[in-house]
Amino acid sequence: MDSKTPVENLYSIEPALSSSSRRSNFSAHSKSVGRSSIREVSFSDLGPKPVKYGSRGAESETYNMSQKEINDEDARLVQINDPVKTNERFEFAGNSIRTGKYSVLTFLPRNLFEQFHRVAYIYFLVIAVLNQLPQLAVFGRFASILPLAIVLLVTAVKDAYEDYRRHRADKIENNRLASVLVNHEFQQKKWKDIQVGEIIKIHANETIPCDIVLLSTCDPTGVAYVQTINLDGESNLKTRYAKQETLLKIPEKENVSGLIKCEKPNRNIYGFQANMEVDGKRVSLGPSNIILRGCELKNTTWAIGVAVYAGRETKAMLNNSGAPSKRSRLETHMNLEIIFLSLFLTALCTVVSVCAAVWLRRHRDELDYLPFYRRKDFYEEEEDNYNYYGWGLEIVFTFLMSVIVFQIMIPISLYISMELVRVGQAYFMIRDTQMYDEPSDSRFQCRALNINEDLGQIKYVFSDKTGTLTENKMEFQCASVWGVDYNSGKGSSQDQKDGYFVEVDGKILRPKMVVKTDPELLQFARSGKDTKEGSHVHDFFLALAACNTIVPLIVDTPDPTLKLIDYQGESPDEQALVYAAAAYGYMLIERTSGHIVIDIQGERQRFNVLGLHEFDSDRKRMSVILGLPNKSVKVFVKGADTTMFGVTDRSLNTSIIRATEAHLHSYSSIGLRTLVIGMRELSTSEFEEWHSAFEVASNALMGRARLLRKVATNIESNLRILGASGIEDKLQEGVPEAIESLRTAGIKVWVLTGDKQETAISIGYSSKLLTSKMTQIIVNRNSKESCRKSLEDAIIMSKKLTTMSGNTNDTGRTLGASLTPVALIIDGTSLVYILDCELEEMLFELACNCSVVLCCRVAPLQKAGIVALVKKRTSDMTLAIGDGANDVSMIQMADVGVGISGQEGRQAVMASDFAMGQFRFLVTLLLVHGHWNYQRMGYMILYNFYKNAVFVLVLFWYVLFTCFTLSTAINEWSSVLYSVIYTSVPTIVVGILDKDLNRRTLLKYPQLYGAGHREECYNKRLFWITMIDTVWQSAVIFFIPLLAYGGSTIDASSIGDLWTLAVVILVNLHLAMDVICWNWITHAAIWGSIVATVICVIIIDAIPSLVGYWAIFQIARTGLFWLCLLSIIVAALIPRFVVKVLYQFYTPCDVQIAREAEKFQPRSESAAVEVEMNPILNQPRP
Amino acid sequence: MSSYTPSSSAGGVGSADSAAPRRNSKRPKYSKFTQQELPACKPILTPRWVISAFMLVSIVFIPIGVVSLLASRDVVEIIDRYETECVPQNFRNNRVSFIQSDANKTCTRRLTVTKHMKQPIYVYYQLDNFYQNHRRYVKSRSDSQLRDNSSWNDVSSCKPEDDSNGLPIVPCGLIAWSLFNDTYNFSLNNQQLAVNKREISWKSDRDHKFGNDVLPRNFQNGTLKGGKSLDPTVPLSQQEDLIVWMRTAALPTFRKLYGKIERDLQPNEVIHVTLENNYNTYSFNGKKKLVLSTTSWLGGKNDFLGIAYLTIGGLCFFLALSFTVVYLVKPRRLGDPSYLSWNRNPGGH
Repeated sequence: MDSKTPVENLYSIEPALSSSSRRSNFSAHSKSVGRSSIREVSFSDLGPKPVKYGSRGAESETYNMSQKEINDEDARLVQINDPVKTNERFEFAGNSIRTGKYSVLTFLPRNLFEQFHRVAYIYFLVIAVLNQLPQLAVFGRFASILPLAIVLLVTAVKDAYEDYRRHRADKIENNRLASVLVNHEFQQKKWKDIQVGEIIKIHANETIPCDIVLLSTCDPTGVAYVQTINLDGESNLKTRYAKQETLLKIPEKENVSGLIKCEKPNRNIYGFQANMEVDGKRVSLGPSNIILRGCELKNTTWAIGVAVYAGRETKAMLNNSGAPSKRSRLETHMNLEIIFLSLFLTALCTVVSVCAAVWLRRHRDELDYLPFYRRKDFYEEEEDNYNYYGWGLEIVFTFLMSVIVFQIMIPISLYISMELVRVGQAYFMIRDTQMYDEPSDSRFQCRALNINEDLGQIKYVFSDKTGTLTENKMEFQCASVWGVDYNSGKGSSQDQKDGYFVEVDGKILRPKMVVKTDPELLQFARSGKDTKEGSHVHDFFLALAACNTIVPLIVDTPDPTLKLIDYQGESPDEQALVYAAAAYGYMLIERTSGHIVIDIQGERQRFNVLGLHEFDSDRKRMSVILGLPNKSVKVFVKGADTTMFGVTDRSLNTSIIRATEAHLHSYSSIGLRTLVIGMRELSTSEFEEWHSAFEVASNALMGRARLLRKVATNIESNLRILGASGIEDKLQEGVPEAIESLRTAGIKVWVLTGDKQETAISIGYSSKLLTSKMTQIIVNRNSKESCRKSLEDAIIMSKKLTTMSGNTNDTGRTLGASLTPVALIIDGTSLVYILDCELEEMLFELACNCSVVLCCRVAPLQKAGIVALVKKRTSDMTLAIGDGANDVSMIQMADVGVGISGQEGRQAVMASDFAMGQFRFLVTLLLVHGHWNYQRMGYMILYNFYKNAVFVLVLFWYVLFTCFTLSTAINEWSSVLYSVIYTSVPTIVVGILDKDLNRRTLLKYPQLYGAGHREECYNKRLFWITMIDTVWQSAVIFFIPLLAYGGSTIDASSIGDLWTLAVVILVNLHLAMDVICWNWITHAAIWGSIVATVICVIIIDAIPSLVGYWAIFQIARTGLFWLCLLSIIVAALIPRFVVKVLYQFYTPCDVQIAREAEKFQPRSESAAVEVEMNPILNQPRP
Repeated sequence: MSSYTPSSSAGGVGSADSAAPRRNSKRPKYSKFTQQELPACKPILTPRWVISAFMLVSIVFIPIGVVSLLASRDVVEIIDRYETECVPQNFRNNRVSFIQSDANKTCTRRLTVTKHMKQPIYVYYQLDNFYQNHRRYVKSRSDSQLRDNSSWNDVSSCKPEDDSNGLPIVPCGLIAWSLFNDTYNFSLNNQQLAVNKREISWKSDRDHKFGNDVLPRNFQNGTLKGGKSLDPTVPLSQQEDLIVWMRTAALPTFRKLYGKIERDLQPNEVIHVTLENNYNTYSFNGKKKLVLSTTSWLGGKNDFLGIAYLTIGGLCFFLALSFTVVYLVKPRRLGDPSYLSWNRNPGGH
């Protein structure tokens, strides 16, 4: 008590006495009654069976209702244990699955069809088809389809291999065995032979072969526990229930029959609606009665169920969809440049065809006899034109032919290279040991393969808080019971080394997690409910232990006398609360659908769970209705303070409410998560009323959730506040450092959380998002007008602050971190008024002035709204990171979505583009991999434009010397192989492996990330510079041999070989000049492809049937050839080299300086950076 | 604060559970490759490096330039353009009809040797404005037919010179059809000057590309004669003029080897050339030239490469100098962190 302030004491004394005396007496009485041992307590009105949610008796009124709601067209009828009859009318899918896309027969057509969905391939195809027309045959038939064929073949082989693996996996899966009821005994049957309607028996740790409705389990109450890790990745156990009506049937002995009417197969794994007609009764079924394919049965010896969905109709199979596809920013920019290139291509073709037109016109009188044209064919019966279709058509053909010849101006191979490069980059990201999360044993995951380079240009990071910044490992810290704050922070007690335990039959039962306890509170808890405080404390902990969906599991330990209780549940908050209750002597021992057993201070008591309203995000609370051993009925509610205070009975003990509110405020100000616990005793009539409403609602087939919510809202009213709990949400390792790095890198970090403002701010401080230097602007208003007002004020204020800093620093800095920092804190209520109206603009303006934005109390859709707000108004890249289902919309909205594979399930990961184990990996991901990927991809795109354009221009120059007739001196095979063999490998290797800076430097100077923001690696200017360089280089390649060999005996094939080699060597040396990091693979790729080119040219020239036979050997014998080659390379590269040197030396970019520093600065200086991310040890606690 | 730490830890057995070795951990295996830490060389363009590169280029290029220029200057070339001179005055305005007529087309030219010419002296004919690289033209040939007697009727690609009177032409196609047919006879001091017309084509062509069992058939017997006729008894592998002609030129102005004079020519010697001006270049205003030329190691007379090398070498030398000057005037310490953009503008912190 010593920590409590006088004010709190004041609250806790008088009113507590007066208002609760009746109830405390009552509970004291009930305690004395129930003190013996475990006792069966049941309500006389309810009959012998305990009632649980989702189950029902045989009331006729709901009968009708369900009948009304089921629609025969929309339903599937399953005859239990009668697969023949079930399947005779409707052809339900068998249980064999086929994830493979193709069969041997369909592979070719389907695969081709899918491949040609890409525009790039269509372009290829059109060109190839054009080339097949005899008038346009520029290349040989085979040569022209080779590139397309290679690309298609590579993709097809890849697809075929993947499909083969899928087929193999399917085969294994289909041949697994399951016990199926045949003629009153369970026989082993292959999975693929299971039919809808059959009864299946599953043993512990077996995988469920198809979606089954539970009929009975080994548990007398019909509970089965399943692990859904294969389905949604959640590792905790979930409870599923068999219906009371079928529970006692033994299929081996008696003939089980019945009819299940259920929804058509759908992909919602969290929903199921059906009803079952068994023994003339109609029972409704919900998601808790179905076990889905892919789950594993745990902690249950056996379970029997009837198959309702099989094979591809199972929910697991229906959910087998791929990752979302997004297009990267760089690619979008690139497409614009590709339009430029195609305009350029059109221009080239136009030039050629216009020139050809003029030439034909000028020589029209001579064409018949021109020895190199010879329009007339004199050998036919009558002299006619040979291969000449009139002036107009000739021009059209010339145009089309030039498109064919210059086709690689549009770098189609670039798309394939980009895909390969991304696969390579993803490989490295996945393999990065620094993004491996030890505790969860999870690697980095690349789910989207086409936005790697976007990671290098992120400007906004939207982060969820819980589970993302924090660990989502909750720890019970303190409680406020009946207006008294028990803050266990101060005196840590003596006797709690092992925590609380109970002994049963000489065996010690102990919770798995030890929670530190407050001695005073422990005292009260132990003192029983005879005192007033004791009874409050009793109710409080009873609520903590009972009002949840936690399943206790008894785990054996090597020590035979010691057993541990592991509390499994979906919510970490609940786990923390149950562990806390256990530590104070309220140990949850058993939970079935109908009752719970709680060991209260060494004495087991059984409580009937009469009803349970699960947590939902609208109500933000859950409630449980308990039948107490003393036959009274109480509803226990726990929930968020905002919604809880709304449903409390304000007339009762106002001072306690006020004290609790004060405590809540102080808890959340130190970053604790708070929950408020309330309770109400129900009168028999109230209970009756609720019970019937609940039955109706839970049996409804349509709108069940809404009805249940309504029932819950009705019962959760006029509550008496028992107290509040404070749970610490521990910050993840390295979060403050990570946030600081990101902010130094010029990335704006916005935190969007569902937490209270105070909690959010305190987490903001502890994660270094907020600093004491910052000015905080808080917007929390309740109407549109006041929002507008406060936004206006805030904008003025933020402008003042930023201009003030602008005066002291007028050099025009762009880094946001350097301004006088302003932090904007805005809450969800205000956002309701602001988003989707004209105030959005103001908010955006304000947010832009702020270096930190913290949004608290936001709903999942608002998160997406905020992301959209930024995305709509800027061209900056946004990244959203989160771990829970509530972040899914935000993750999908942002340009890049990152999922944390944490505690809150896998929905976020499923929706994300990238997934990782820890928030701090974001730094590595963005600053290191993002930077690399961006730099590599940017360079690769430019280089690909360049290398193809150089080649095309060389062809173009030559065309100008051949009467504009699209002859190529370069062998057609060389033109075809140019982008396939000669130059493809180095670009891909460099795109995957080049490294402008090493990891250490990038982490040391997060500002280097700005290169991506400033689009340093790929922009219009670079594109045009590259194109000018391209023109120069192609001119050098073409004209040096032209002039050197002018008027000599040189033949076309020889000079063609010279041009081929010159182009290939030049583009590879150009690449070599730009490669920053030379490792052996780079060397092999670049020099190897030059060697490969030489070999290819030699091979081509060794074929006697080709025109260029032996040309390379003839020309390589002459000195002139080698001198040409040398001068081409030097002359072509000089301008680029000079510009590069000047640029690097006199206006060096940051990356350049850092690179120099890496090389020339002593290593010791940079070694200090290795200590980047240490966990923060000092907690922001008193 | 020390009291905090035990509170959050799991119970004794629980932690042992989590510490148990994982059977198949997903931890990526460390290797220098996967961590992108392969040993690598990261060259940086330091001023010293840049200046020495430029110096190196100029040191290599200038001598090469000088040598090539000298080699080119050493070559002695006699060029005689004769397509107009060899048309009688009265036909000058209608040269096409002259060349198509049956008139005597013999013409004599006098060439004066200007400088000592060492043997072998190559005799070329040079055509101008003749697009041997025209698409229609280069495609109009049949390589299989030339090589192999058995596919003598493979003329599908030879249009419009594929067959005559229903019989396949060997060698078919426009290229062979338009074979150059001017002839030159040289005499020096009234003595016949022997021109060796053997081994003027590529050996590889004679051995592998043109079959020694392929005899010309039906060649040049159409209504329109394009050029030279071939002796139908001599196999194609020995028809060297054809072989040379079939190596189509890369550019519209080209020379083709006619033969070799295997003796030295002294200055001021006068060579009389008796030529048959048969070939029709008049329809496309093509020039015809007779060229006698010696060779150097670099080939014929062409100053371009020498000049190019000198220019590049000189430019690099100039660049090396200017970079040196610029570097001395305005040096920058490489890798100095104070140049980083966020360090260059202090303040605001």
